[in-house]
Amino acid sequence: MATKAFQKIYTKISKITKATCTLKAEGIGNEELAEIDGRLAQVVKIIGDEVTLQVFGGTEGIPTNAEVVFLGKAPTLKVSDQLAGRFFDAFGKPIDGGPEVEGEEREIGGPSVNPVRRKQPSELIATGIAGIDLNNTLVSGQKIPFFADPDQPFNQVMAMVALRAKADKIILGGMGLTNDDYLYFKNVFDNAGALDRIISFVNTTENPPVERLLVPDMALTAAEYFAVEKNESVLVLLTDMTLFADALSIVSNRMDQIPSKDSMPGSLYSDLAKIYEKAVQFPDGGSITIIAVTTLSGGDITHAIPDNTGYITEGQLFLRRDTDIGKVIVDPFRSLSRLKQLVIGEKTREDHPQVMNTAVRLFADAANAKTKLENGFDLTDYDERTLAYAKEYSNKLLAIDVNIGTDEMLDTGWDLFAKYFSKEEVGIKQVLVDKYWKN
Amino acid sequence: MLTKGIVKGIISNLVIVEVDGPVSQNEIAYIKLPETKLMSEVIKVIGKNTYIQVFESTRGVKVGDPVEFMGYMLEVSLGPGILSRNYDGLQNDLDKMEGVFLKRGDYTSALDDEKLWDFKPLAKAGDTVVAADWLGEVDENGQPHKIMVPFVFEGVYTVKSVVEKGQYKINDEVAVLTNSDGDNVSVTMVQRWPVKQPIKAYRDKPRPFKLLETGVRTIDTINPIVEGGTGFIPGPFGTGKTVLQHAISKQAEADIVVIAACGERANEVVEIFTEFPELEDPHTGRKLMERTIIIANTSNMPVAAREASVYTAMTLAEYYRSMGLKVLMMADSTSRWAQALREMSNRLEELPGQDAFPMDLSAIIANFYARAGFVYLNNGQTGSVTFIGTVSPAGGNLKEPVTESTKKVARCFYALQQSRADSKRYPAINPIDSYSKYLEYPEYAEYISKRIDPDWIDLVNEVKTVLLRGQEVSEQINILGDDGVPVEYHVRFWKSEVIDFVILQQDAFDKIDMLTPIERQDYMLRKVMDICHSDFKFENFTEVDTYFKRIINNLKQMNYSEFESEKFKKYEEELVSILKERTAA
Ligand SMILES: Nc1ncnc2c1ncn2[C@@H]1O[C@H](COP(=O)(O)OP(=O)(O)OP(=O)(O)O)[C@@H](O)[C@H]1O
Ligand SMILES: [Mg+2]
Repeated sequence: MATKAFQKIYTKISKITKATCTLKAEGIGNEELAEIDGRLAQVVKIIGDEVTLQVFGGTEGIPTNAEVVFLGKAPTLKVSDQLAGRFFDAFGKPIDGGPEVEGEEREIGGPSVNPVRRKQPSELIATGIAGIDLNNTLVSGQKIPFFADPDQPFNQVMAMVALRAKADKIILGGMGLTNDDYLYFKNVFDNAGALDRIISFVNTTENPPVERLLVPDMALTAAEYFAVEKNESVLVLLTDMTLFADALSIVSNRMDQIPSKDSMPGSLYSDLAKIYEKAVQFPDGGSITIIAVTTLSGGDITHAIPDNTGYITEGQLFLRRDTDIGKVIVDPFRSLSRLKQLVIGEKTREDHPQVMNTAVRLFADAANAKTKLENGFDLTDYDERTLAYAKEYSNKLLAIDVNIGTDEMLDTGWDLFAKYFSKEEVGIKQVLVDKYWKN
Repeated sequence: MLTKGIVKGIISNLVIVEVDGPVSQNEIAYIKLPETKLMSEVIKVIGKNTYIQVFESTRGVKVGDPVEFMGYMLEVSLGPGILSRNYDGLQNDLDKMEGVFLKRGDYTSALDDEKLWDFKPLAKAGDTVVAADWLGEVDENGQPHKIMVPFVFEGVYTVKSVVEKGQYKINDEVAVLTNSDGDNVSVTMVQRWPVKQPIKAYRDKPRPFKLLETGVRTIDTINPIVEGGTGFIPGPFGTGKTVLQHAISKQAEADIVVIAACGERANEVVEIFTEFPELEDPHTGRKLMERTIIIANTSNMPVAAREASVYTAMTLAEYYRSMGLKVLMMADSTSRWAQALREMSNRLEELPGQDAFPMDLSAIIANFYARAGFVYLNNGQTGSVTFIGTVSPAGGNLKEPVTESTKKVARCFYALQQSRADSKRYPAINPIDSYSKYLEYPEYAEYISKRIDPDWIDLVNEVKTVLLRGQEVSEQINILGDDGVPVEYHVRFWKSEVIDFVILQQDAFDKIDMLTPIERQDYMLRKVMDICHSDFKFENFTEVDTYFKRIINNLKQMNYSEFESEKFKKYEEELVSILKERTAA
């Protein structure tokens, strides 16, 4: 970047850590951007004439006499319709060989929506996956993560969900994506002929980790443009937020902040909430829905990252391998969509809530029977039937390779009830049984 | 002359300012930027350096920016027109802000200066009055809103004049008082009060004793909260803290409800905005919103203002208490408030306590809960602030500083249990670990024996014993197998299940079941305890399961039916015949 007259240039760095540089400078604004030796950095602390910057690209090789150019502004993104179909890095620079985007320059990480101006979410998002649509229905304007161990196919499921959801724009925020996963996303979107609806901001494992910190705000600034200005429904995919949080902890530790649980910064909750709370239903029809990925370590949801996430998001989708059927399922016990109440039985068939609850309750009975079996107790006839039911339920409804409409999911539920149980055992409201029971 | 200063340092929302004059702790200051000004509060002073926390994003703030100190602390405006409003943590009226997005430095007035109120005098010339005495009243959404001698007035005053009955605006003079030096002071319908100081304009604060009905059975019957009492609801994410608080705020028999949405989801506040103007207050038939005040400082709003929000809410609650009203205040979640304290304490580089929370966290929480209470006002009337906070323990582990500090001061403990939530036994309050200290108060025993029956507390304690024994046998059955224990054990287990399904569990989304008045709770509890006292005959354990499931189903149908309706009575009769099948006549 060519330096301009008003830019302030310094060449004397007094302190360098792995993620930060400190130097004497004057007239600098908090959160202002600078380039240090060509690398982008942002002001995180000013004491008198000492300015500390977090260097997104890492500080390896930065000399104390590096040229530091202050840019007089916070990080920005140029927004316009030209964003559609493009791939960018964490700084919003094209990585697809295309031209720079022309448009209005906006600061990222902008203000929050006034809560009294929000509308209550009410539009169902259909994915075809029964583990989601039947048991954990998604609603536009919702924020929800996949909780999954790193070996689960969460990126595949997310890409599938994104393509089936009828969103006007899909914005991918990739943080610490492997190059293979990045190419996978690019490929699936391309094959689906959806590239013109997609915008990507990608930080791969080949890029410095601290750069990731910019990705969610970049993605959400683009999302706000389309949702507010164009009244579009925008789906934002953030993967992997665990790697984002790791980058936060790198910076805060370098700044000598006192870590709280699991060496995460004490502000983790607020930092994550600022991102997830960008999910919103606007009064004029536009919406931002956030589907994220939070990878777990050994299924542990008490770790600070999934724990804080769970306290912020509107439920979670828990992926696990069901060893009985050898497939990955959306775990009905540990998953929850808190907004499903707003749509099920109203935007979907009347029997939805009852079929959903009953099917899960019977699945829980099967889990109890399994425990009994493992403890060496005899099984009753009912126990045997629940076990057989559980297998088929898992295969036909919970598995992530299911792709059917909601009515068909409900019909499948009734099929299974009739196949394995009596009406009394199922215990659904009489009017519904009269109408839907399969003889 | 107001003190001025200039910015010397910026660490996130902590700003260091060099000042040219005196400043006081918690004084309000504004940082002046070219396009706007940012509200801040003094939190530490070292020599010339004053540390202020900024209630907004500090993006773009520079060393050298001018700062102006205001000479007052963070205050709220108190006067008619607070009810039904949606405020942010600093009492800015959110509805008055323009645009979809919040703008930094956009401060709106809390009250309406132009609205006319029907004023009725209560005091007359010649009366001697002190702070908080009632001078007059206006009707605010059907509540008598008292216009009081401002709380900041010290000493004794004589009423010189009070305006006549008529219509006035909040800033009109409604009374003139004369102090002991003979000076006249004018009183309007608005006064201001610093939020971090409790309003103590009452005569006496006895131990609270009157049941505050919430309509939630596992609270009112099993672990009751009282008018002016304190309680807290800890629980892992998704176990039902917010749903429970919303249920209580809809149903509780309170005059005023103050809801502080403190660092939680915006969509949950939107739910209140959407529902409360439509729903009816079950006690008065007016719209719920008319008795409600919402302080919304959601998780994406500035962190320092989040800390202020609970104090703002509490001050509004205390204000209405001084009018002789029954106020219920809820905060969701107090852990987010504690985290705001932690973020600031870390930036100040204070010596950290456990989990990096500030060392004095316990004291801060204790002082806050102490502001709740039942009081006798100077005129002998009573008022109360009941406070219930939620706690969001990290990792769901109750051995953490916020839960432990709160447990020391809150008198009711409603522990939400993950396994109960997982098996959809809502509300997921664990009946065995949870407690209400008020059950041990002789004052409460006396009150409730008149309100319900002298045997009530014994009955409640017996319920707890049955639940505990049920849990014990269930553990034994798990170890020894269904066949490995006597049939009698199964009966004991199922008796506790009857209590669980019929009394403890309650459908927060069913129009009838969601709210159970205390008379109905009394009726159902006796019905259930009669069953627990009965002897049943069974051949084997499978009979026990099936039989009790029928009993539970019948009782649940009663819960879902209008009290004492035809339907209710029909299920009750069916129950009688089911019971006859297996009890000795
Ligand atoms: N009484 C209830 N009846 C039926 N469902 C309930 C009840 N309480 C909670 N739930 C279910 O549990 C979900 C989560 O409840 P809630 O939002 O109150 O949890 P929370 O404890 O406040 O969680 P967080 O700490 O994340 O805010 C609800 O969306 C609802 O599906
Ligand atoms: Mg909650």
